[in-house]
Order: sequence, then structure tokens, then C-alpha cells
Amino acid sequence: MTIDVGTPILQAPPAEGARDQHMVLNMGPQHPSTHGVLRLVLEIDGEIIVRLYPEIGYLHTGIEKTCEAKFYQQVVPLTDRVDYLGPMANNLCYCLAVEKLLGLEIPERAQWIRVLLTELTRLNSHLIWLGTHAMDIGALTVFLYTFREREEILRIFEAVSGQRMMTSYFRIGGLSMEPPLDLFDRIQTFIKTFPEKIDEYSNLLTGNPIFRNRLMGVGYLSPQDAIALAVTGPTMRASGVDFDLRRDMPYSSYEKFQFKVPVSDRCDCWGRYEVRLEEMRQSVGIIQQALDGMPGGSIKADAPKVVLPDREKMKTQMEALIHHFKIVTEGFNVPAGEVYQGIESGHGQMGYYVISDGTAKPYRVHMRYPGFASLQALETMCKGRMLADVVAVIGSIDIVLGEIDR
Amino acid sequence: MAEAPTETLSGKQAVLEKLPDHPALKAILAWNADALTDALFDRGELTLTVAPESICEAAATVLAAGYNAFEDMTAVDWLPSEPRFQVSYHILSHQYKERIRLRAWVDGADPSIESITSVWPGANYYEREVFDLFGIRFDGHPNLRRILMPEDWVGHPLRKDYPVEGYR
Repeated sequence: MTIDVGTPILQAPPAEGARDQHMVLNMGPQHPSTHGVLRLVLEIDGEIIVRLYPEIGYLHTGIEKTCEAKFYQQVVPLTDRVDYLGPMANNLCYCLAVEKLLGLEIPERAQWIRVLLTELTRLNSHLIWLGTHAMDIGALTVFLYTFREREEILRIFEAVSGQRMMTSYFRIGGLSMEPPLDLFDRIQTFIKTFPEKIDEYSNLLTGNPIFRNRLMGVGYLSPQDAIALAVTGPTMRASGVDFDLRRDMPYSSYEKFQFKVPVSDRCDCWGRYEVRLEEMRQSVGIIQQALDGMPGGSIKADAPKVVLPDREKMKTQMEALIHHFKIVTEGFNVPAGEVYQGIESGHGQMGYYVISDGTAKPYRVHMRYPGFASLQALETMCKGRMLADVVAVIGSIDIVLGEIDR
Repeated sequence: MAEAPTETLSGKQAVLEKLPDHPALKAILAWNADALTDALFDRGELTLTVAPESICEAAATVLAAGYNAFEDMTAVDWLPSEPRFQVSYHILSHQYKERIRLRAWVDGADPSIESITSVWPGANYYEREVFDLFGIRFDGHPNLRRILMPEDWVGHPLRKDYPVEGYR
């Protein structure tokens, strides 16, 4: 049994046009609409796309190789830098994977704060997507509006972790520190006004005839193709595939939250726009539930050999000092084995495959990021369409080149 | 799988006894019991080791059994042991809301394995990545060329004998 894909994909890059009237056009790597350093080699017939070949690797930094040379806890800051628009989701996925290897129980409060901040990260990621996507289409104003709200999210991140973008707030075994006292009030204030802001974006875009015409019916991806090409997340759900890891394979106590998974069977850029907009509304609901039901208790697992002790204890208790010293200088040994942990990030299904050989450094860390797979579907979505549609489609699959090239 | 065991089940026999109704396992046994060389259930994850020459058929078998979504694949270099490379495929079932791992071992000398792009075209980039970073060839791949490193790069960076800081 094999899956039938509408168009055969991803052959060798076009060197010259197959026919005389075809032209090979280079797009990127420095092109504003490619959201980073993505290079596309396009074979075009007039303005119609005949073939499209993505060329990636311009941001490859060998993060997976670097991970192998670091202690387990030293990998956390590296993960921020992979998908730099969703730092908390990266942290969460890696920490969950290592915690699964260690068999650690995470206190409920830490899990809920993780959910709260991961959903804020999703808002952050979707806001950037909406702003840049609309800007690509020519609606410049929305960008200014979404970055206004994003700024507040980044301030919240700064308050909680000391860093706006590279947060590294989650640690193996919990969180790095108790969030500041006024944090929940601050998030509450933000959440109270945010649904109106979503309406505001919607007012600017949903009825806008240019925006509608540029997205509707553009970038068709059938559900079969979406699954066959390993496309995940909002792009897959906009193709009518109803699957969300948060609901279907819950992690970090997502099973305790009530939310809907928006699905659209439009299969085009407009469907992706609608799905992400609704996802933002659902995220607000999850954040509200997390704030309302935030449990008390510890934010760190009871595992002195893995989790750094509190500063207070470290300075007053001999044993805590020894543990602190050992963890910082020698790391901690992780039982041998291999785990794969998948989570639903803003862009789609993210996964960390961590293999331990029993030492304090991971033997292998593999990162599965949604953008890498989504890019494979670009040709299927663009073939036979106009050149200008490529820009709309790239915007609609919401890729970050940092996560693709790693 | 609601009644998933909590303990580690190591070896084909143990897994077969405890998980007789697992859809992927059943499908693989019905197809070719000899191709399944090992099985492991650890930390809630099922790993099925299959012979490298039958990986493509195994992938098609689990696809027919309801494991419809290819999620991820990668390799691991176990230098200096032999067979040197472990190739892992993570396959998700939207229907059973469960993930399985297919695994195959590949020899270090002239490593190659069948491509599964005929089953899941989405494995295309992943196999190119493994080819690029580990130097494992995928027979039957439509476009096997480097994807992350430059085309003229020498060596395969994720191999364990490749220094972290590169060659000088």
C-alpha cells in the first residue's frame, strides 16, 4: 500500500528550462518574503510555476552535533535558538524528553506554568506569522498592530526569565525559578484585552478584498498530500486533518484543559489563516484556565541529583552545596535508552529524539521541526500557480529557517 | 493503547507475550515474522527492529495497519560497534493516537538502506538529511544529494569520528 500524491515532488533542481520558453528564476536567499534565508529555484513559464525547488542549509549551525558535546542541562539554552520565535516550546519539548528518560515526576504547578507559557509562546509565534504574512500580501498595517501585542508578550517573558527571546526558562525537572509575584496579574490583564485585538486584526484582514483574493483558493494541499508529505500543525488542520497532539496525545497535563481544535477543510491559504486565528482564541482560553486553576506547590521535581537546589539551601546546607557543585561541574547521569517526545508547537508537531548511553552527555539529540517537512509540500502547493502566489504560500505555511536548518 | 504496560519489555518474546493485540505488531507478524529481528517496549514507546533489506515493506505494512503519518526519521552512529548505524523511523497513527518506532541496523562499510520515499514521500528531506550528515545512502531515493551542508563538503558531520569543531 502506498499513498498517492497528486504531483511527483522534489526532483533535482532545475538547471535550465525544460522547454525554450521556460525561464529559471532564483528567489532568495536574501528575499524579504522568504522569512529568513530560504532560496527557491523556480522554473517558470511566463508567470506560471512549472517547478519549484527549495534550497536550504544557509542557517545550518550543527546544533545537533553541539548537543552531543554538552551536559544535558547545557542543551536547554541551545534549544531556544532553533525555533527562535517559540523559545518556550523548544525548552518544553527537550525537557519533557529528558524527563521521560530519567522517569521524573514534575510537580503540577510546574506543569501548569509550562502550559501557560507555552500557550503564550504560541500567541507570540502566531502574531509574528500574522504580521509578516499580511505584510507579504501588502497589508503593512497589521504588522505594526501584531508587534504591539507581541511586545507585551516579550515583556512578560522578560519578567519571568530575564530574557525577551532566548528564555531558557524551563529546566530538566521543572522551572528555573518561581515566577515573579505580579506575573499572573500581568498575563490576566493582557489576556483580558487580547480577544479584542484578534477581532481588530480580523477586521483589518478578513473583509479585505485584496487579502481575500490573494489567499482564497491559493496553495491547495489535499489532506492525503498533507499526511504523505509529513506536513503537521495548523497547515495540516487547514487541510481537514483533525489531529492535535495537545488533545490526542496530551503531555504536561494538557488533558486537564478544555479547548477546541480548529479544523478547516478549505485546504488553501485562507483555511490556514482562519485556523491560526481561531487557534489564538483557543490559546487565550487555555491561558485563562491555567490562570484560574493554577495549583500551588513546588516548581521543581524532588530529585536533588538532577535539579539544582534553591540558592538559600545551597548556601546553608552542606548536602545541597555538594549536589549543586556536582550538577554544575559533572552534570548528572541519565539512564541509557532512547525516547521520542512530540509536542504541538506554534508551527506544528515538534519532536525531540534523545538517546542516552548512560553518561552525563546525550549520545544523540535529533530535533524534528515542522517547517522542515512543510517545505517539502511547497512545490505541490505552488505548481501551476502564479509567481506572486509563491509569496502567499510561503507566508501561509509559517516557516522559520532557524528550525529548518538547525 | 489503554492497557499499555508500565515496565520495560525487552526482546521479541517478552513484547509478543504482553502486547499480542498491538495493531502494528500483529500486522508485521502477519506479513513476515522473520523480518522482525527484535522488539522493545521501553518508557511507553514500542520499538520494532526490522531487517534493513525489508524496511520499505515493513513501512508499507504498518501504513496499512493504520500507522498513517510518517513523523520523523534519523540515524545514530554507534562507532566502534558493528553494525555501526541505527536508522530510526517514528511513525504516528492518527487513528490509534500512538507512535511506534521502526529501527534498522546498517553496516559501517558502505552503509546503505532502502528508501521509504515510495511509501511516504515526506521522508524525502529526512533521508537527504541522514545522507548528508551520516553518509548513509538510500537506494531508490529520487534526489539523493546534500541538503544542509554545502554540495562540495567533505565528510559527514554527525558521524562520531568527525570532530565537534570540524577538521582544521
